[in-house]
Amino acid sequence: MRIRGLILVTLAALSAGCSSIEPWVKPYDRENLADPIMSFSRAPISQDFLDHVFESREGSRGASGGGGGGCGCN
Amino acid sequence: MKSAYTRLALFVITCLAGVAHAGVLPEDRADVLYFRYDGGGVVINGPSVLVRKSIGEHVSVAANYYVDMVSSASVDVETSASPYDDERTQSSLSLDFLHGKSTYSVGAVKSDESDYLANTVFASLSHDMFGDLTTISFGFKKGENEVFRNVKIDGVKMNDPTFAETMESKSYNVSISQILTKNLIMSAQYEVITDEGFLRSPYRSVRFFIDPFSQGQQSEIYPNTRSSNAASVRAKYFLPYRAAVDAMYRFYTDTWGVMGHTAELGYVHPLPDNKWIFEGRVRYYTQTDPADFYQDIFPRADYANFMARDKELATYDAITAGITATYEFKVERFPWLSKGSLNLRYDYMQVNYDDFRDARYSLGSFGELPEEPLQPGTEPLYKLDANILQFYISAFF
Repeated sequence: MRIRGLILVTLAALSAGCSSIEPWVKPYDRENLADPIMSFSRAPISQDFLDHVFESREGSRGASGGGGGGCGCN
Repeated sequence: MKSAYTRLALFVITCLAGVAHAGVLPEDRADVLYFRYDGGGVVINGPSVLVRKSIGEHVSVAANYYVDMVSSASVDVETSASPYDDERTQSSLSLDFLHGKSTYSVGAVKSDESDYLANTVFASLSHDMFGDLTTISFGFKKGENEVFRNVKIDGVKMNDPTFAETMESKSYNVSISQILTKNLIMSAQYEVITDEGFLRSPYRSVRFFIDPFSQGQQSEIYPNTRSSNAASVRAKYFLPYRAAVDAMYRFYTDTWGVMGHTAELGYVHPLPDNKWIFEGRVRYYTQTDPADFYQDIFPRADYANFMARDKELATYDAITAGITATYEFKVERFPWLSKGSLNLRYDYMQVNYDDFRDARYSLGSFGELPEEPLQPGTEPLYKLDANILQFYISAFF
């Protein structure tokens, strides 16, 4: 019962937080994140080839995408 | 061996769709790459061309053309077949649609090889929220593959008319990218992949003891399904003097019993002249659990329902270290070219296997026995060294 109450309080706090979230890193503060050196994959064509090399030799696969990185504000 | 090639399609998708950031279309660019992989008796080289262009303010198109020229005398090939040359071509097209804070992506990849045809389609959605600090993405891919087997009849290489199989692959992934501070970004990704159909190589064999001093070989036998889970986290931090460090960790497990851990560290360092950028990268991979049905040598013929001797499914560690040098330039005569770059990347890879032995010491090479064959199961463990070279030119518009 106490756990259920705790979950409800947590969810209420989270939902209240979501509705009033203010971006704590303002757009004008994202100069460093927008620098091309901050991209998770600066050269997709090269990373693509290298990922293939690893995939061909390893049992693991998936969840290796760089996802772009940077701040998406270029 | 061949199925591994088709996975490139999945990575091309990552490349084509992954660079799309919700809320902003990817920048227009063109890249031409030449690569060469040389290791373990295998040489692969070829070109790859990637072009990305915006159409209006809401659409971006990307196309990739890639050619693999393979010359293989790998340890598997040496102990069970003849060396071969092959060529694979792959073309892909993707479209990104920007609508408000969301980016919708669709695309297709087609890969042709003499004994493998692969067609993959994909779709993904990315959405920016919380003042563009957070991006969430969902993606789905579906691949349909046809597997053939090359044989030589009267000295002519052709598909075995008695052999044709299929394989279907589906992938579901979700990722979140989060700006944490004005210098730090993190992302996490989770991907499930399911395969169904013909999942082994049509060429590779397993070996088994006939008695303690002699061995035989038979075709591998694989399950018809495989489901995998992979979860990764990565972070990149901007250093005070304009440089960046990044780190990545990935955990992997699948229904075949394989478990793997990947860790990577990178450092990007531009010189103050804004022309040269150097990047160093170290990647460590350890496969702690092999596939349940993998053995280097089985106790007898037909030992189990499923039997594999693919070193990709064995237990091993691999380390790769690489460096990239980038020279950026502008051309006064071409004002439409915002930036160009020349890039040279070299990586050295070493793989040390814990339970895959170098069977050339007992089986010989291409049918020729060694002068003093070792007892099966006592051969030295196999190691692989590879040199990987890439040269590419990028142009940004």
